[in-house]
Amino acid sequence: MAWSDLLQQLCNGLLLGSLFALVAVGYTMVYGILRLINFAHCDIFMMGMYFAFFFVAKDFRLWPLSFIAVIAATAVLGVGLEKVAYSTLRRQNAPKISMLISAIGASYFLENLATVIFTAKPKTFPQIPFFVDMMQIGSVRLQRLAVAVPIITVIFVCILLFLINKTKSGMAMRAISKDLDTAKLMGINVNGTISFTFAIGSAIAAVGAILWGLKYPQISPLVGVMPGLKCFIAAVIGGIGNVKGAVIGGLLLGFIEVMAVAFFPEISAYKDIFSFVLLIIILLFRPNGLIGEKIAEKV
Amino acid sequence: MLEIKDLVVKYGGITALNGISMKVEEGRIITLVGANGAGKSTTLRSITGLVSPVSGSITYDGRELIGLNTKDIVKMGITLVPEGRHVFADMTVDENLMIGAYLRKDKENFRKDIDFVHEMFPILKERSKQLSGTLSGGEQQMLAVGRALMSKPKVLMMDEPSLGLAPLVVKDIFRIIQKVNEEQNMTVLLIEQNANAALKIADYGYVMETGNIGLEGSGEELLSNERVKELYLGKSKE
Ligand SMILES: Nc1ncnc2c1ncn2[C@@H]1O[C@H](COP(=O)(O)OP(=O)(O)OP(=O)(O)O)[C@@H](O)[C@H]1O
Ligand SMILES: [Mg+2]
Repeated sequence: MAWSDLLQQLCNGLLLGSLFALVAVGYTMVYGILRLINFAHCDIFMMGMYFAFFFVAKDFRLWPLSFIAVIAATAVLGVGLEKVAYSTLRRQNAPKISMLISAIGASYFLENLATVIFTAKPKTFPQIPFFVDMMQIGSVRLQRLAVAVPIITVIFVCILLFLINKTKSGMAMRAISKDLDTAKLMGINVNGTISFTFAIGSAIAAVGAILWGLKYPQISPLVGVMPGLKCFIAAVIGGIGNVKGAVIGGLLLGFIEVMAVAFFPEISAYKDIFSFVLLIIILLFRPNGLIGEKIAEKV
Repeated sequence: MLEIKDLVVKYGGITALNGISMKVEEGRIITLVGANGAGKSTTLRSITGLVSPVSGSITYDGRELIGLNTKDIVKMGITLVPEGRHVFADMTVDENLMIGAYLRKDKENFRKDIDFVHEMFPILKERSKQLSGTLSGGEQQMLAVGRALMSKPKVLMMDEPSLGLAPLVVKDIFRIIQKVNEEQNMTVLLIEQNANAALKIADYGYVMETGNIGLEGSGEELLSNERVKELYLGKSKE
């Protein structure tokens, strides 16, 4: 393989890994605070893509404004999901398994809702020249996305880490995830903080959805399922509950998938299995993920 | 004033509190003693809204607390140092003190109160950047008390604050309880296994026996009561 090819593939790996990271943090944040696998997160991601399809298609030149609208709408949807599917159960002290079933139900609901509203016929995501035009760096020819996506990801991850580690709301999130009763005793607004967590996780998934749509411009109601599964795996590999872990897991998964296909093109049809193989290998050696803490699970 | 009337609490089929009543008057030190499983922690957890009673009432300055969210009860100035410390292990000592002041808006006094806590527990100042999970058990207990003080409560409730502490530190904690009670007119509701020490500083005490109030009276009265002596002070009748 030529040097420039390798560089090209590394860029592709970084691109895919960044996209995975943006969605994986949503899984990890919700798990961190509720100890719940939010199965509907991949459908929030899918809805984000449809929002982008409609908002951006109106006028290409207004894309920055459209993006803000997409992020806001997706965040609202995420909070709404929490209120309807989880909050109601939480208030009645429902067991964890009910929450999980509710999550699966919410996922099916959103997929079917999307089918009813948008039909199952795939739509083509608007191609914004600013992001999809090609550019030449030395001997490597790349879509601008290959540079833009990692930069955007780094920016959002930094904002997120700042939020979690340096702000009062972040402190509340960390407190709730460690010790709910004591967090309550500190006067923390638990419901408000959980809503906030869903808003942030969904907003970042929306960023991922927009960029995903630009890179893979076919959208359908089930478009979130496979990325969602991989991003959940990324979160588990990194150590679920840990934001940095989710980012590392996402990047790792992206690189491995791209490299595997690049080196063994004959198995490219099976590229989706690499995530699962990696998951099994990592969990065999590090059951809590790469940088996961030991969680004494109270069931 | 905090007043509990005919409070009944059940955990599933188990009755933990069987209709207890007590009064905690402003500016007093009240202590709750009793054997393991008598329902002391349950009483304090009910006051803070962490468990939902079956019946009865808990009022603070005439306002019913049952049914309120814990955060709203804390907002009214009632705080609890929970049994078994419960510091946030992966936050630093300073962060734990900061989260204790979570609801407070007065930024100016914040520094002053941290200094006050540091003065009470100098070790917390030395360890301010250390992760709380790596503190010794006794240091964590001091942090839990310091964290509660950071919220500037009107009513400070403590569930066995001296558990696992060296005798000298226990003395410190009791000295601090008396100090905040006198200087800041803070009402204190204290659960203690060390009934002797607790009754000595208490204005009034309640003795709990399996979900009921067995006895009540001023600190001195209870200290000299034969039954209390025998059961809780480890002194047998002569
Ligand atoms: N979460 C719970 N689920 C079921 N039963 C409980 C629960 N918490 C407490 N109990 C029971 O309620 C009773 C009172 O418990 P509580 O913790 O109030 O006792 P306590 O007086 O604080 O005891 P100790 O001195 O040991 O701390 C006990 O019999 C206990 O087993
Ligand atoms: Mg107790």
